[in-house]
Amino acid sequence: MFYREAGQFKTSYAADQAIYPIRQDKIGILILFGFSLLAIPFIAPIYWLNSILIPFLIFSLAALGLNILTGYCGQLSLGTGGFMACGAFFSYKLATAMPDTNILIVFLLAGLGTALVGVLFGLPSLRIKGFYLAVATLAAQFFLIWMFNKFSWWTNHSPSGVISAPPRAVFGDIDVTSASASPEAKYVFLLLLVSFLALIAKNMVRSRIGRSWMAIRDMDIAAEIIGIRPMLAKLSAFAVSSFFIGVSGALWAFTYSGSVEALAFEINRSFEVLFMIIIGGLGAIMGSFLGAAFIVLLPIALDTIPLLLGLPLSVETVAHLRLIIFGALIIFFLIVEPHGLARLWQIGKEKLRLWPFPY
Amino acid sequence: MGLKSLRWAAAALALSVAATATPVVPAKAEGDQFIPLLVYRTGPYAPNGIPLADGFIDYFNYVNWKEGGVGGVPLSWEECETQYNNDRGVECYERLKNRGASGATVINPYSTGITYALIGRATEDKIPVLSMGYGRADASDGTVFPYVYTAPITYWAGADVMVQYAREQEGGSLKGKKIALVYHDSAYGKEPIKTLERLAEIEGYELSLFPVAHPGLEQKATWLRIGRQVRPDYVFMWGWGVMNATAVKEAASVGFPMDKFIGIWWSGAEADVLPAKEAAKGYKSLNITGVGKDFPIVQDIVKMHEEGEGLADPANIGSVLYNRAVVNGFIITEAVRKAQEKFGQRPLKGEEVQWGFDNLAITEQRIEEAGLKGLMGPIEITCANHEGAGSALVQQWDGENWVAITGFIDPNRKALWPEYKASAAQYAKEKGIDPRNCD
Repeated sequence: MFYREAGQFKTSYAADQAIYPIRQDKIGILILFGFSLLAIPFIAPIYWLNSILIPFLIFSLAALGLNILTGYCGQLSLGTGGFMACGAFFSYKLATAMPDTNILIVFLLAGLGTALVGVLFGLPSLRIKGFYLAVATLAAQFFLIWMFNKFSWWTNHSPSGVISAPPRAVFGDIDVTSASASPEAKYVFLLLLVSFLALIAKNMVRSRIGRSWMAIRDMDIAAEIIGIRPMLAKLSAFAVSSFFIGVSGALWAFTYSGSVEALAFEINRSFEVLFMIIIGGLGAIMGSFLGAAFIVLLPIALDTIPLLLGLPLSVETVAHLRLIIFGALIIFFLIVEPHGLARLWQIGKEKLRLWPFPY
Repeated sequence: MGLKSLRWAAAALALSVAATATPVVPAKAEGDQFIPLLVYRTGPYAPNGIPLADGFIDYFNYVNWKEGGVGGVPLSWEECETQYNNDRGVECYERLKNRGASGATVINPYSTGITYALIGRATEDKIPVLSMGYGRADASDGTVFPYVYTAPITYWAGADVMVQYAREQEGGSLKGKKIALVYHDSAYGKEPIKTLERLAEIEGYELSLFPVAHPGLEQKATWLRIGRQVRPDYVFMWGWGVMNATAVKEAASVGFPMDKFIGIWWSGAEADVLPAKEAAKGYKSLNITGVGKDFPIVQDIVKMHEEGEGLADPANIGSVLYNRAVVNGFIITEAVRKAQEKFGQRPLKGEEVQWGFDNLAITEQRIEEAGLKGLMGPIEITCANHEGAGSALVQQWDGENWVAITGFIDPNRKALWPEYKASAAQYAKEKGIDPRNCD
């Protein structure tokens, strides 16, 4: 009844091609963004900012990166953790070697460096596909972690191989990195950065380059025949994806944990991000956010529910229950909606358009 | 249920998950001194995590049972499961740091990785971190790390004690000897490398390194190389969880002499040697606390259990890690007691407890009075020295029990402190910290 685009006429191509062609959507997303930017930093408890929203935003960015490669271009990758580590260690080296450079530039440079590494490890994708490519990217994962672990140069010869993010400001003297920065500042910085990068990603997948990725994904031979160069398409997907993942790794080290060792980005991290996009929805920008929310929130929710209900369960029972319920829920969601939460969201929207008179 | 209704159910479930994620603070009795406990009772490190966690809750419960808390302020605590995972540890810390009447008293991460992750946060929140025999060795420098305590001893000092012990066993010189280090390939396991390398130059031994990947169940290749190829005179080990038991078994299977195999204090608990049974006989490890049940305080805890007031599994009482948690709990309550002298007998904030730590001197006399004689050595923490000059002993597994075979050995701190200082100074420079003035 309320959610209907009747009467909204598009008079230009620009209006027709808008990201949110329906006015209600546009207003809704602007309200959500405004609320996240202007209200949440003031009303959310520190615990929410520090332990839920900040990791959620960082994981969303990583999932977004992987979604470009796997969801849009169809190249299965298990190297996410390794690429995140690249971003983290590159930005650490850059930030400590050039203390006066703006941290935003450091993050972007680290992202570009990761993009280069991504292209390098993307080269096998020109010859191999599917599971075989997954194995090749697995090599990237293990090699990169090994490299950061092995050579102490990457950690400025820290005896334990742990890097600590130095405090840095984007502008003025409001720090946004390391533990000394206020959670509100970190959150706002992350929200703006992630929203901006998501906007770029959204526009990229709607443009020529994004369409060439999807063509490769849907059928690479057909795509080649209609004039898309697989090398360019695949390697650009690797580059863009690695850039996003690299920035998210840098953010993980600098704004979330404040200090990391290479082990923080081991293979489990790659799987975590892969699960996010599978559950959230492959080939959907929205899905990256939904999937990240699911994986970040659910374990914490499962931990706190017994407390909420006042059940006298010991911590080990809760830990075991969490594993059981989490696994069951993943299976449940994949059975009812194999295309992920993003598809669920879309179905919900379509239902809403017909409500209250479904046919 | 059709697919359609399942879909709606899925959507409803997604919403309800989002709705219930709000953490609630359980109502705590007015006026408690709250201590958050980061534990791991599940996962690959649980065999070690359970006795530790049990020791803590039993000791705190004992303090409440015996004297109604510290200075009349009852202790309260809440466990949070970390599974030895850094991310979860950070989440647990954030969840628990503001609980209780006055927030967290002190944090015991019981993981070097989590300690690293919490140093910055806890310093910012003004909550002391007591990383007792683990964590960041250079955090002993209290001028750069005002809220981090490494008492009674650090890994670097532990490595020093091991080398001292090996040298003494070899009749005073390690020249030309070969030492292998088998370590958990993480921040924890890497801590001693620099010290061992430095000592290698002084003592003239040859050091070879054998990293073991988490969780450490696969060590066949490592031990084949050690047993057949490198053939070191001594093997030192920095292991934790299932890695320890695996290493002991593998060492036995390649026939490495057990009495030349020395673990750090985290590689010398019952759970580490029991799986290897007879083969583990003779295996040695360092320990920072006394061994067994023959201490008045442990006997008192047994009495508490007999009266039905115990919380932990009685089987763990007197085990190596249980005792260590008791000592850790004792150091905390002593720091709170000290802080109460200045701030009064009420629930204290982390910042106030920090003063207690900074001025904490646990003398031999106090240890005896509290019933811990032989369980720990004296410590004296100052504003600048957060290590507190503790010491470690060597214990040996006789097939049934751990038996202390040396007294408490003092590390060579004259050589260690310049290293702490230099490393802390580099940290301060990178993080832009102005070391506080302690004079």
